[in-house]
Amino acid sequence: MTTRTATRKRRDLLLGLVFGLAFGFFLQKGGVTNYDVIIGQLLLEDFTVLKIMLAAVIVGMPGVYAMKRLGWVELQPKAGSLGINLVGGLIFGVGFAVLGYCPGTLAGAVGNGYLDALVGGLAGIIVGSDLYAQVYPRVRAGIQRWGDFGDLTLPRWLKVNDWLVVIPAMILLTLLLVWLETAGL
Amino acid sequence: MDWLTQVRWSPYAAGAAIGVLSWLTFLISKKPLGCSTSFATTGAMLRRLFQGDKVEQQPYYRTIATRVDWQWMLVLGVALGAFLSAQLSGDFAWQWVPASWATAFGNAPLPRVLVAAIGGVLMGFGSRWAGGCTSGHGISGTLQLAVSSWISAICFFVGGIAAAFLLFGRI
Repeated sequence: MTTRTATRKRRDLLLGLVFGLAFGFFLQKGGVTNYDVIIGQLLLEDFTVLKIMLAAVIVGMPGVYAMKRLGWVELQPKAGSLGINLVGGLIFGVGFAVLGYCPGTLAGAVGNGYLDALVGGLAGIIVGSDLYAQVYPRVRAGIQRWGDFGDLTLPRWLKVNDWLVVIPAMILLTLLLVWLETAGL
Repeated sequence: MDWLTQVRWSPYAAGAAIGVLSWLTFLISKKPLGCSTSFATTGAMLRRLFQGDKVEQQPYYRTIATRVDWQWMLVLGVALGAFLSAQLSGDFAWQWVPASWATAFGNAPLPRVLVAAIGGVLMGFGSRWAGGCTSGHGISGTLQLAVSSWISAICFFVGGIAAAFLLFGRI
């Protein structure tokens, strides 16, 4: 039994590595392991980051919802609140601009040879994460309780069939990409 | 096999590939793509070097993995995958100061590294506070239509655009 658990754990870790290899490969080919591309997005000059994210969502969403319908996967929406997501999201955003990488693309930037990511960014993000661990009990019991909505998804919030949100969302996000292209962005 | 050695793919091709990858991680590993928790895991592992298993008594570290797990290996894989991609296309380069930073602030490495460290602290802190990052909330969460992730992803860009405009003197 113990050896079976150990084997499963090894398989789990190996799969993580393989999926990560693919993820890093795609991020690098997309150009987002590069500081200039990320800052270009935040300065609204280069929309590569948004195009990659929206394409991933437009392709990923119907697949994941179809597998949910078939009973193959369960959704894992994260619980949240305005105190968690609004406040945390804005702090993250400022860090995103100052660092010029996000956590995944930071790892990719290290693989790309970018030393500002390795020496500055990597040390900073580990320290920042640990800093949060130190204040966690206080913020958890305080500001993070503001506007709690739990692990809500849009279809459950609107109380409609999943596909009544998935299909319009795919159409809207595709139109946004078409608009970006026609605007020459 | 040109696609292996191309420096850049269309963002739509790269994005669609990530979308398909998200199907596979859900189906095979029962996990969404995400990266930022692994940096907190790394922090806990470093703390264990000094504090031993006392680190696991800290309330936050009781809620996440404090040893190498699936996501930690994923992030390691991201670095290796990017290295492989950059090597195949000849895009790999040791570089201290990115071009757009050098244009705005000069090409001395120290200021760039210090600012990157400050940004890293803010981003590490913010990603733990928000419970995810541009991949966990921005891609995996939004594709599940999670309310928490849509709010987070919009705030990532609102905060990021405002800070970038201030930093580069565009306002």
